[in-house]
Amino acid sequence: MLAAILSLGGIGLVAAAALGVAAKKFAVEVDPREAAILEVLPGANCGACGLPGCGGYAKAVVNGTFAPNLCTPGGAETVEKIAHILGVEAITADPKVAVVLCQGDNGKATEKYRYLGLEDCNAAQKIADGPKACPGGCLGLGTCERVCPFGAIEITPDGLAVISREKCTGCEKCISVCPRKVIRMTPLDATTHVLCNSHDKGPLVRKYCQVGCIGCTICKKNAPDAYKIENFLAEVIYEHHSEAAEVLEKCPTKCIRDFSTGYPEGSSFPPPTVPVKPAQVD
Amino acid sequence: MNLKTFPGGLHPPDSKHSAANAIEICPLPEELVIPMSQHIGAPADACVAVGDLVKKGQVIANAKGFVSVPIHASSSGEVIAVEPRLHPMGKALPSVVIKPDGEDCWDESLQGSDPANLSADELKNLIRDAGIVGMGGATFPAHVKLSPPEDKKIEILIINGVECEPFLTADHRLMLEESERILDGIDILRKVLGIERAVIGIEANKPDAIEKLTREGATRKIEVQALEVKYPQGAEKQLIDAITGRQVPSGTLPMEVGVVVQNVGTAAAVSDAIRLGRPLVERVATVTGPGINQPKNLLIRIGTPLSLMVEQCGGLNGDPAKIIMGGPMMGQTQLSLDIPAIRGTSGLLIFRKQDLPKLETGPCIRCGRCITACPIHLQPTTIAAYARLDMVDEAEDYHALDCIECGCCTYICPATLPLVQSIRHIKGGIMAKKRTI
Repeated sequence: MLAAILSLGGIGLVAAAALGVAAKKFAVEVDPREAAILEVLPGANCGACGLPGCGGYAKAVVNGTFAPNLCTPGGAETVEKIAHILGVEAITADPKVAVVLCQGDNGKATEKYRYLGLEDCNAAQKIADGPKACPGGCLGLGTCERVCPFGAIEITPDGLAVISREKCTGCEKCISVCPRKVIRMTPLDATTHVLCNSHDKGPLVRKYCQVGCIGCTICKKNAPDAYKIENFLAEVIYEHHSEAAEVLEKCPTKCIRDFSTGYPEGSSFPPPTVPVKPAQVD
Repeated sequence: MNLKTFPGGLHPPDSKHSAANAIEICPLPEELVIPMSQHIGAPADACVAVGDLVKKGQVIANAKGFVSVPIHASSSGEVIAVEPRLHPMGKALPSVVIKPDGEDCWDESLQGSDPANLSADELKNLIRDAGIVGMGGATFPAHVKLSPPEDKKIEILIINGVECEPFLTADHRLMLEESERILDGIDILRKVLGIERAVIGIEANKPDAIEKLTREGATRKIEVQALEVKYPQGAEKQLIDAITGRQVPSGTLPMEVGVVVQNVGTAAAVSDAIRLGRPLVERVATVTGPGINQPKNLLIRIGTPLSLMVEQCGGLNGDPAKIIMGGPMMGQTQLSLDIPAIRGTSGLLIFRKQDLPKLETGPCIRCGRCITACPIHLQPTTIAAYARLDMVDEAEDYHALDCIECGCCTYICPATLPLVQSIRHIKGGIMAKKRTI
C-alpha cells in the first residue's frame, strides 16, 4: 500500500517537474495585447469584422492587417478599449441598427399561394418568387432569426420579422441572407422609418397589402426635407430624420412608424428605451 | 408474368380514373401563349414580331445552343404579342402569343420523308428541328440523348411506357390508340443510334397495352417488358435497373451503361417529325383529379390555357385548392388556371380542399421509412437535416446531388416533414457553391 502511494506520488512529482520545465522552455510567445483585446471583444464570433471569430480578429488587429474599429457588435466602447490597448486614437462610426422595412404580416398582406415546404425564406423565394403577393415584403419564415448571433430577431405569430433595437449590434448577418432585401441598416438614433419595401404603384400595393406605401407623397409634402419618393416608395432621409416623425399621423396607410413608440403589432419586444445616442439638434 | 423492378419505392393509390377514356381533341383557344422555355437548357430566341401571320408548324423561335430546341406555332394565326407571360414555373417568362385564325392550316413547306432514305445524322437533325423533347415531363431535348460521345457504346434503347405517376393515363391511351406511330418512332430511333435491341417497359397495371405492343412489336423485333406496379418505376435510372440490372453510376448519364431511354410520347413525335415533317406542336395530357367533373385524356396544342382544358372536361367540381401540372408526385403546383400548357404538360390535376391531407409537421422519429423507400438509397432525413442547417458540404457528402426528387420520402414520412423540398433546396445551394468555386 505504502509502496504504491510512494511510487505513484513519485511519478506524479517527476512528471509535474518535467511539464513545468517544458512549459517554460517551449512557451509560445503571445503578444499580451492579443489576449487583452480578446478579453474586451464580445465573444459572439459573429463574423461582422470579416474574420471567422473574435480570436482571429484580435490577432489581425495586433498584426495591423485589420483596422481596430471593425467590431460593430462591440460598439464604440469596445473600439475605444481596443484603441487604448494598442495605444492609438479611436475612430468610431455612428452606431447602426438593422430594421425590417415591412409591416405586412399574414393578417395584413395577401398571399399568392400557400407555402408548405422547408421553413426557410430562400427556399420559399425560389418557388414562384415567394408566397407573398408583394414582391418585397417579409416572408416571415425566420431565416434571419436563425442567423442572428445575438437573438435580436423574432418572428411574430403572424409571420413578420421584427428586430430589437437594443439587442441588434449591427453585424449585418441578416442583411446578406434575406432573399427579399427587406432589412436595411439605419442610424440607431433615427427611430422613424417607412416600413415598406414595395416599388409597385399605389393601386397595386393597395390590392395586396393594407399597410404598404402607396407613394401618395403626403409625407414629402409635409416634411420635404425628411422624405424622398423613389419609384412609388417613400424613404426617410436619415440626415434629417428628426423631422420625419412629425407626419406620422398624416400617412394614409400608416406605413410610417416611430419605433420609440413601440414595435410593429405582434412583437413581444418591450417598447425601446431612448436611443443610446441622443438625436442631434442642429 | 415475369415482372421486373428496382429496390425501394412505394405504392401510392393508383387513381387512374381516365384509363378507359379515349383521347379527345381539345378545341382551339382564344389565344395560344407559347413560352420560349419549354425544355431543359437555354430558352429559344423568338424570331417573329407582333403582326406576323404564322402557319401551324412554322418556327417562331430558334434554338440557342446545343442543349436547346426551336419552338413552333401550334396553330395558324396572327402574332398579337411577344412579351413575358405567366409560365408554369410561376414567373412571367418571354412568350409568343398567337391569336388563331380558326383555319388551323399547316405550313405547306413541311414535307415528310421516308426514314429509309435518310442517314442517322440527317434523322437526328430533323428530330432537333422538330423541337422534340422528352415527353415524360422532364423535357430534355431528344437529340442530345441521341448524340452519345464516340467512346460511349449504346447497346439498348429503352422506351418508357411505365407511367408510374398516379392519376396519369396519357401514355397508356397513346400506347393503345397510337401504337403504330410509337413502333415506327422506335424504328427511327434505333436507326439513329445504330442499334438493334429496343425494349418497351410498361407497368403491369396496363395489361391491354402490354398485350397490344407485344403482339405488334414482335414483327419488328421490339421487346416488351412488364414491370411491377411501383413508384417511381418510370424514373429513368430505376427503369434501366429494372430492365437491364445495370446501375447508372452517381453523377453520370444512362449512356454510361450503354442505354438510351425515351418516352413513348417522344417515339410517336419522332415518327410524325420524320414521316410527316410535322414538328412537336401538340401532345396528349390527362385532365383529372377530384376537382374535375369528367376526367379525360385530351390532345392539346402547346400554349392552350389550362382553363380551356378544364372547361373541356365538364368544368370544376367545387373550389380548386391545388392545381398541379404533371403527376401528383413530381408535378408542379400552379398559381392559377390562366397558365398555358407546355411540352412537358403530361397532366393537369385539380384537388379541392377536402381532398388534401392536413399536414401537421412533427419532429423526425427516426423510423427510417424514407431510407427504405428512397430508390437511390440515400438518407433523406439526414440530408434534409443538413439542409435545414444550410450545411452544404455535408449534404454533398451524403450525395444530395443524386436525388431524383421523386418525392417518395415526403410521401412516406409519418411526421410529414418536407424532406424532398429540403433536399431540393440544398441541391440548389450545392450547385450555387460549385458555380462560385
